[in-house]
Amino acid sequence: MTATTSTDTTDIAPPPEGLRSLAADWSSDQEVFKQVHWGKAMMWIFLLSDTFVFSCFLTSYMTMRASTTVPWPNPSEVFALTIGGRPIPLILIAIMTFILISSSGTMAMAVNFAYRRDRLKTTLLMLATAGFGASFVSMQAFEWTKLIVEEGVRPWGNPLGAPQFGSCFFMITGFHGLHVSIGVIYLSIIASKVARGHYEQKGNYEVVEIAGLYWHFVDLVWVFIFALFYLW
Amino acid sequence: MTVERDNVAQRVTRQAAAPQPAPLHEEASARRSKTAHAHGQQHPIGVYLKVWGYLFVLSTMSYLVDYFHVEGVLRPLLIVTFMFLKAGLIVAIFMHMAWERLALIYAILVPPLCLGTLILLMAIESDYTFWTRTIFFGSGP
Repeated sequence: MTATTSTDTTDIAPPPEGLRSLAADWSSDQEVFKQVHWGKAMMWIFLLSDTFVFSCFLTSYMTMRASTTVPWPNPSEVFALTIGGRPIPLILIAIMTFILISSSGTMAMAVNFAYRRDRLKTTLLMLATAGFGASFVSMQAFEWTKLIVEEGVRPWGNPLGAPQFGSCFFMITGFHGLHVSIGVIYLSIIASKVARGHYEQKGNYEVVEIAGLYWHFVDLVWVFIFALFYLW
Repeated sequence: MTVERDNVAQRVTRQAAAPQPAPLHEEASARRSKTAHAHGQQHPIGVYLKVWGYLFVLSTMSYLVDYFHVEGVLRPLLIVTFMFLKAGLIVAIFMHMAWERLALIYAILVPPLCLGTLILLMAIESDYTFWTRTIFFGSGP
């Protein structure tokens, strides 16, 4: 049986396209995510679950902010920095946003060069991404220090207004910062493996794309935090 | 009719018995990759640079919303528009969702839609809490 079936692949109908492919992939007793690396599919499932975690944080933030009768501190003023004797609103957050977007760009290029099997460029671009991530975390540490030490913001209260501000801020940005920190470690490990030629044997550089998915997700979450927490 | 059904049945059994197409594909491309590029997402660098530029422009614009103190309905409208544009670009191009099969796209993008229900319920709930606090605790705005 195995001898005949192994050659008997020519008369199988080609996989359907469009909406029919969705029904066909999910309906039959077979692999659902065709032509997708297993690790990649699982990373997507993980990111989906992470989406729900962050959505719960942001939704509870919305609930707290909408239900409090005490005025909410104005993030534009809270996160302003005085540069050259003039306060510039949200400038640190803007710089952090641009840093994270740049790191996403270098990561996308790293994935591209990985599939071209250009190990040197892949390693350098991944290390650049990790470097951007590390600088993002250190700026966040600076921001936290300023808020805790100078402004006196605590998870249970603050002198600026609604006490829920602190708990929302530390929970949301803290969890995001944790993701960035883990991403920096993750990327450094994969980058060093690429540099050592660990993936040369199989010639399969899908791991770089999987790491990239995680990193882009971290950037994606920041897009929502930036818009909903800092700008709103 | 019976002939047709027979054909379908035959095809189904044959397909079930046949080796899965995906591993075959991977094997073949692994063999091919010694000389050519491995399979996977392969797109020109220019696409990424362009999206990178768009993301910078969109971020600058959403920052300017705050910088120029845009108020009223326009503020949340602009913020949310730029937010979704940026998120869409990142997911579609950087995360390669635009080139994936529908089975994966729907598995990832449909479940978050139910978050809309959560947000709606919590918006109603927070409105209720706000008015309860205002009326009964007298700490109105």
